[in-house]
Amino acid sequence: MNFANAAVGQYMPGESLMHRLDPRTKMLVSLGIIIVLFVVSNPLAYALLAVPIVLAIAISGVPVKLVFRSLRPLTFIMVLTFVLHLFMDPGEALFSIGRITATDQGLRLGIVTVVRLTLLVLATSIVTMTTSPIAFTDGLERLLAPFARLGLPAHELAMMMTIALRFIPTLLEETDKIMKAQMARGADFESGNIAKRAKAMIPILVPLFVSAFRRADELAVAMEARCYRGGEGRTRLRELAFSGEDLAVLIVAGAYTVAVAVAL
Amino acid sequence: MKPVVHVENVSYAYDGGNQEQVEALLDVSLKIWPGEFVAVIGHNGSGKSTLAKHMNALLVPTRGNVYVFEMNTQDESWVWEIRQTVGMVFQNPDNQIVATTVEEDVAFGPENLGVEPGEIRRRVDEALALVDMTGYEKSAPHMLSGGQKQRVAIAGVIAMRPRCIVLDEPTAMLDPVGRTEVLRTVRRLASDEGISIVHITHFMNEAVYADRVIVMEEGRIALSGTPREVFSQPATLRKLDLDVPQVTELAGQLQAAGVALSRCPLTVEEMADDIGTLLGRGPCRSELHSH
Ligand SMILES: Nc1ncnc2c1ncn2[C@@H]1O[C@H](COP(=O)(O)OP(=O)(O)OP(=O)(O)O)[C@@H](O)[C@H]1O
Ligand SMILES: [Mg+2]
Repeated sequence: MNFANAAVGQYMPGESLMHRLDPRTKMLVSLGIIIVLFVVSNPLAYALLAVPIVLAIAISGVPVKLVFRSLRPLTFIMVLTFVLHLFMDPGEALFSIGRITATDQGLRLGIVTVVRLTLLVLATSIVTMTTSPIAFTDGLERLLAPFARLGLPAHELAMMMTIALRFIPTLLEETDKIMKAQMARGADFESGNIAKRAKAMIPILVPLFVSAFRRADELAVAMEARCYRGGEGRTRLRELAFSGEDLAVLIVAGAYTVAVAVAL
Repeated sequence: MKPVVHVENVSYAYDGGNQEQVEALLDVSLKIWPGEFVAVIGHNGSGKSTLAKHMNALLVPTRGNVYVFEMNTQDESWVWEIRQTVGMVFQNPDNQIVATTVEEDVAFGPENLGVEPGEIRRRVDEALALVDMTGYEKSAPHMLSGGQKQRVAIAGVIAMRPRCIVLDEPTAMLDPVGRTEVLRTVRRLASDEGISIVHITHFMNEAVYADRVIVMEEGRIALSGTPREVFSQPATLRKLDLDVPQVTELAGQLQAAGVALSRCPLTVEEMADDIGTLLGRGPCRSELHSH
């Protein structure tokens, strides 16, 4: 098992309009599209909502194959929900396999769900693939800032995300190392049923957790030593800048999305 | 001249759980002067890390006082000034890098201090240049070697414009190449930038480059002096469970065999010079370098 190329939706540096846009613009627009996606149920609306997503992918210059690869981890869930809808929903019978019957209603809802999930994943992937992790967490922090007054720990959430992103590769590397060490001692992770394989993971997870907690402890001390004291009074190397381009995109895309939601 | 750090009769006890107290420091006094390079050695559990953490208020003394310039670490209102003045580099390079790119990590300290963005940029570039990591600004930390990560960590401290950097076994987890890189960087900071260095290490051959060596034992300072003064007492060091640098060991054996050297050599170069002189061929430094 190799975790090194596990990263789906990973940042692809570039200079396109999609890359230049403020992360807040990208997040707001994709959030708007996703909300409308789950509100409307008209097939034409899905086609219209797919337009800005396809456009964004085209502008970004990110290889289409890579964007679509982010769908792969969800294939199983999509197939499962489709099958469940097809056979479990009430409606006119289409065909039967043994005692279970597929319905027209089920087919329709199944397709709707798959289309929604596909567009959702594409809309989020194209944002994460054109936004550096730093810009992403900064954008999130700024977007959530208004809710900080209601007690939402906006800065802390963003900092947690940064640290998670920073340590994921480190922890994956460590997992790889531990697995190899256990395999060298004869551990077997590939054979047996699910229960047996899950049990084989315990000798990996225990040392991994122990080390993660030690890392967290040491990192906290290191951050304090570097004068970290929360988000207040903190400046940034790169301040986010909301440009004219952002305003234009936000207005056009926003109006388009709202129009689709209202009209259909 | 005022000392950067003044440790004054400091004792410290950890809460060892179930009412137990672990006495980690006992009546330690010490001054670190501007631009001074001090090495701290001592076997495991002798209190080196505990002492280090007192120098930037990560710990405050149970008894006694630590001053960073005029600021007493007991006074909480100074804590951020103190941590900016005395920076700290830790043993595990992975567990002190916060951000997902090198430049963002170096910027972390100045950001916390509220420095404005243009100035942060200048400091980041300057700090990376000082540790020879220019060109790695956008690199992800996990793609760097141990020595490079540790130099990024040092840059992160330099960007806060400290007057003193405390390094707690920064080379312990590195390969020999990484160790050399880090040691070279640290020595340059002391000699060229006038930043005081407190270098805690297990490697005796790193301690020989210091202006002063402090030997810790059971929470006390057991021995202190120039590297030559300290390492010319191999018997005392061995009693403290410490090695002497290999060349010093060799010199001792030569002495015992009746070969009298004029001084106690600390480095391979010094040893070569001494032997050359002894053989009547004069210092052979250049010869050694050409090989
Ligand atoms: N958090 C803690 N809680 C309780 N006791 C501690 C704690 N940290 C250290 N000690 C104890 O304090 C003493 C001094 O520890 P310290 O870490 O300062 O030693 P050190 O010289 O840095 O050792 P090393 O070479 O292993 O890093 C030891 O006896 C240690 O067991
Ligand atoms: Mg220690």
